[in-house]
Amino acid sequence: MVSALVFIPGRPVASRGRQPGNPAWSSQVDGNYCLTCGSDKTLKLWNPLRGTLLRTYSGHGYEVLDAAGSFDNSSLCSGGGDKAVVLWDVASGQVVRKFRGHAGKVNTVQFNEEATVILSGSIDSTIRCWDCRSRRPDPVQKLDEAKDGVSSVKVSDHEVLAGSVDGRVRRYDLRMGQLFSDYVGSPITCTCFSRDGQCTLVSSLDSTLRLLDKDTGELLGEYTGHKNQEYKLDCCLSERDTHVVSCSEDGKVFFWDLVEGVLALALQVGPGVVQSLAYHPTEPCLLTAMGGSIHCWQEEAYETEGGTG
Amino acid sequence: MAARDSDSEEDLVSYGTGLEPLEEGERPKKPTPLQDQTVRDEKGRYKRFHGAFSGGFSAGYFNTVGSKEGWTPSSFVSSRQNRADKSVLGPEDFMDEEDLSEFGIAPKAIVTTDDFASKTKDRIREKARQLAAATAPIPGATLLDDFITPATLSVGFELLRKMGWKEGQGIGPRVKRRPRQQKPDPGVKIYGCALPPGGSEGSEDEDDDYLLENVTFAPKDVMPVDFTPKDNVHGLAYKGLDPQQALFGASGEHLNLFSGRPEGASNLLGDIGVNKGRKLGISGQAFGVGALEEEDDDIYATETLSKYDTILKDEEPGDGLYGWTAPKQYQSQKESEKDLRYIGKILDGFSLASKSLSSKKIYPPPELPRDYRPVHYFRPVVAATSENSHLLQVLSESAGKSIHDPGTQSRHQLNASKRGELLGETPIQGSATSVLEFLSQKDKERFKEMKQATDLKAAQLRALSLAQNAASSRTQPPSQVVGHGSWHTALSGGTATTKASNFKPFAKDPEKQKRYEKFLANMKRGQKDALEHCLDPSMTEWERGREREEFARAALLYASSHSTLSSRFTHAKEDDDSDQVEVPRDQENDVNDKQSAVKMKMFGKLTRDTFEWHPDKLLCKRFNVPDPYPDSTLVGLPRVKRDKYSVFNFLTLPETASLPTTQASSEKVLQHRGPDKPRKPSRWDTSKQEKKEDSISEFLSLARSKVGPLEQESSPLVNKEEVHVKESLSNKLVNKDVDSQTEAGESRPSMDLFKAIFASSSEEKSSSSEDEQGDSEDDQEGPGEADFKSSQEELPSVAPSTSGFQTLGSKGENASEPAPQEPAPSFVIQKTQIDEREEFGPRLPPVFCPNARQKLEAPQKEKHKKNKEKHKTKKEHRRKKEKKKKHRKHKHKGKQKNKKSEKSSSSESADSSDSQSEEDTADMSPQELLRRLKHLPLRRQ
Repeated sequence: MVSALVFIPGRPVASRGRQPGNPAWSSQVDGNYCLTCGSDKTLKLWNPLRGTLLRTYSGHGYEVLDAAGSFDNSSLCSGGGDKAVVLWDVASGQVVRKFRGHAGKVNTVQFNEEATVILSGSIDSTIRCWDCRSRRPDPVQKLDEAKDGVSSVKVSDHEVLAGSVDGRVRRYDLRMGQLFSDYVGSPITCTCFSRDGQCTLVSSLDSTLRLLDKDTGELLGEYTGHKNQEYKLDCCLSERDTHVVSCSEDGKVFFWDLVEGVLALALQVGPGVVQSLAYHPTEPCLLTAMGGSIHCWQEEAYETEGGTG
Repeated sequence: MAARDSDSEEDLVSYGTGLEPLEEGERPKKPTPLQDQTVRDEKGRYKRFHGAFSGGFSAGYFNTVGSKEGWTPSSFVSSRQNRADKSVLGPEDFMDEEDLSEFGIAPKAIVTTDDFASKTKDRIREKARQLAAATAPIPGATLLDDFITPATLSVGFELLRKMGWKEGQGIGPRVKRRPRQQKPDPGVKIYGCALPPGGSEGSEDEDDDYLLENVTFAPKDVMPVDFTPKDNVHGLAYKGLDPQQALFGASGEHLNLFSGRPEGASNLLGDIGVNKGRKLGISGQAFGVGALEEEDDDIYATETLSKYDTILKDEEPGDGLYGWTAPKQYQSQKESEKDLRYIGKILDGFSLASKSLSSKKIYPPPELPRDYRPVHYFRPVVAATSENSHLLQVLSESAGKSIHDPGTQSRHQLNASKRGELLGETPIQGSATSVLEFLSQKDKERFKEMKQATDLKAAQLRALSLAQNAASSRTQPPSQVVGHGSWHTALSGGTATTKASNFKPFAKDPEKQKRYEKFLANMKRGQKDALEHCLDPSMTEWERGREREEFARAALLYASSHSTLSSRFTHAKEDDDSDQVEVPRDQENDVNDKQSAVKMKMFGKLTRDTFEWHPDKLLCKRFNVPDPYPDSTLVGLPRVKRDKYSVFNFLTLPETASLPTTQASSEKVLQHRGPDKPRKPSRWDTSKQEKKEDSISEFLSLARSKVGPLEQESSPLVNKEEVHVKESLSNKLVNKDVDSQTEAGESRPSMDLFKAIFASSSEEKSSSSEDEQGDSEDDQEGPGEADFKSSQEELPSVAPSTSGFQTLGSKGENASEPAPQEPAPSFVIQKTQIDEREEFGPRLPPVFCPNARQKLEAPQKEKHKKNKEKHKTKKEHRRKKEKKKKHRKHKHKGKQKNKKSEKSSSSESADSSDSQSEEDTADMSPQELLRRLKHLPLRRQ
């Protein structure tokens, strides 16, 4: 039933939220909120379903390139062009900590599962693990194995998945104490774990998404058709790992069937580049960012889900 | 209920006073809000009414101990990592400034310490001593202590004593005892703290009757205590206006609470009866002014505190007995002494000086001489050995001539390192490096040659002049001392002595040079008497002296020029002295094959590298993950020390350190990987091999065609060269071959390669050359191998790592060009050059000097062994192993047996030819090789 689900995108539920030239990102803190950040040096917390702006977090000196929320929604972290990683308090909107140390722009930030560590990947080709618990100004550990900028970092309970512009996806397994480095070739733009934790999805600048087996590094699937040659675009898996979703530079969002590898849908968002997207963790709901606006996509009716399934 | 209601109006009771009805148009006064009702101290801070230690809570930050943070410690230190050092906090740490001020609870005023306090003061100690005496083993033993006590009387006491004061007496002028009648009337009240006139005088008053007139007594040492009982309902110490005063005058007078002005007091107190002349009347506010009364200035004046003295003043005219509560009689009796403001009572036998003292003459400080320097120079200390005893003597004699003293060299004449030496600093490491290190090889050599030439000349000149100087200085011992002192500072300051071996001022006399070097070495080790040790004991005293001076000068000259240069360069990241650098043990493989693997979509083992990675302990803790390596302290990828000049630092070869894994360990690794891991030959593999073969064979054929004609003309040497060039070109291939020989299990792809190289192209040639040189090679094998290795080592610095087979192969055409161009004779010349270099050059990459090379080899072998042990326990990955390149191969012959079992007989011959061809390179000069190799990457681009 699940595997046969066809995601039916409806009309955009909300297309508000003008952040001047918001190029970067949107993520869902959980199902009810989404977080955007952009070149206006702020983070914004939204209710995507209603399109209401809940809070603005300002404190960055340059554009904010990535943000993430903690598991309990109590804190946020963000990183940007000012080379700083900032830990925010959601409720008060205050900066709790600023971690400085990166030598370049911070491309990506991520909390670990318990929000005790922030991992930040930067174009200085390091990933730094910042301790949120102690007052230490320096990172707990610096993962400097990448030969080029780190474009994407994802964290599971015991793994750190990092994609780098040097064309390798590195997975640091803390439990095993090993580093697995998979060579993909072209610069990695985005990586993510599948929700079952067995696979990793890797998108690279050769306009290809690859689904790799996490343990062996074997190629399980390859998804092409979209255009990704310049920008750091996001990709993700749908809420039940049934589809692979990716941004594209031609203004579309592409959906592939995960198993078959065939293009299921190319959703036209707008004329520009779809910079970022995020999928609802549990429900078939997609957020896309283009220009200075976010779009929230939902199925037209939930009933149809059962029907198609 | 109804009745009550009717009554209710009458029964209404109102409490308090009602607010006045507001006038129309009047705005109601806003009460000051609570937060504005604050009291601040003189600094504008919130005034606290009670400190935390004086019973209240209302501090500036309410209930927070005067600080925003309250009781929180100023700096939090996690007790897990490093314990906070416990600082002992005294009560003062919790006090405020006010508490420590003069009127606070812990005033910090200057008090006489115990040492200066009067003995009688410390009664507690006396008690304690008595107790101790009682409990001592010998009772009363402390009595002795009591007898012998240090004079601990304070200066004040001594002064008082000198003025005739005795202990037990009061302070003040001597008094005559008064008969009782003279006491003031009991009815008179006294304000302030004047001595209570009656009662307190004690029993001695009874004896007053028979006292003589001219006998005076010291005042009693009593604390003035006011025994007046409290008989009113006022607050403590409150005294209202005395009705008598109010009635009988002095109302205009300033009330003096402190009877610092006895006259005024007497007015107040005693003159009630005398005030007869004044009209009695009711005055004061309460009563108004009577019709008959004189107009009073301030009838309506209210009694305010401003009328009272709030401080003890100085300016009061009077007896000048400041603060003393002297009896009044003294004042009235001795009118003459009234002007003795500051003296008090004049001692008996003294009179007041009629002339004032002439003011003290102040002399200006002496003028400093112009060249005075407020720094003390210490004279050099010369160890009193038998040899320089005469020096000591001379030194002491020449104490006046400080200018010539080495120790008193002006600081402008010293350079930084010398000054540092004088200060006892450890010399900066950076000074050891030299510009020479930054120069290129060629420049270095040229530079060196030039320098040697000039140095030699200069040194000879210097030595000559020095010898003359020394000869003359023989008769003048002090100057010899100069030399002795200065070179010591200069030498030990300039760490350049490490490089001083390059500078050979006494090259003509090898014996002397040897002594000089020994002297430098000793110097470097910090031996002060280095010079004495290395001098030839068989020499005469004169010779020794001369040589000593020469050495000193030579070392000094060298050091100074060297250190000035070196100070301008920063220190290298890696230590120049150590031949090793730290590099990650495991490195990601060459990307070329991976690229093609990606193209073939052969993801998996081909594209995957696995490393041992050590997460930080704290990170594990934060991730709630057990530490995978609980015993290891390293973080990140394990690192190993590598030879600095090793090829393998520059090639991205995987796991060179783990090369010499034994068969057993590799088996282990296989087990680790599980059953499915052993790699099956895949489509990709074969294609890769083919590609390799293609490129290589292509290249080789090209190379052969080029070399062909020249080969016939030139000697077999060229032949060898050619082979070697091929090897060095396909450096990786060679490495691969080596690898294949050591590791039999994975020999297959490289065997093909191997065949491709040697069976097809160079077999005949190499075998022919082998025939020709077969005999000689046996002799030369040792050095030949070494040369080969060194050539391998040198290569990567020239050809960076990323170059793959394809690129090498495709450009092989160009690359092979330099080989035939090389004329044979140059080879011989270069060899001689090398010998020279060996002698004089600074440390070079191991290629050039066989000595260094041999030194290098030994530790490397050791390292391999170590790594072997290390790696037995660790997971190995096959992919890496395949690409492993072996740079040392001593046991390859033994390993060949394994290979042979796999191989056909034809490949055997190829194998043997391979080993031969390797040895062919034996005669090749490393210099030559290097030169050629240098051309390769350049051409490639």
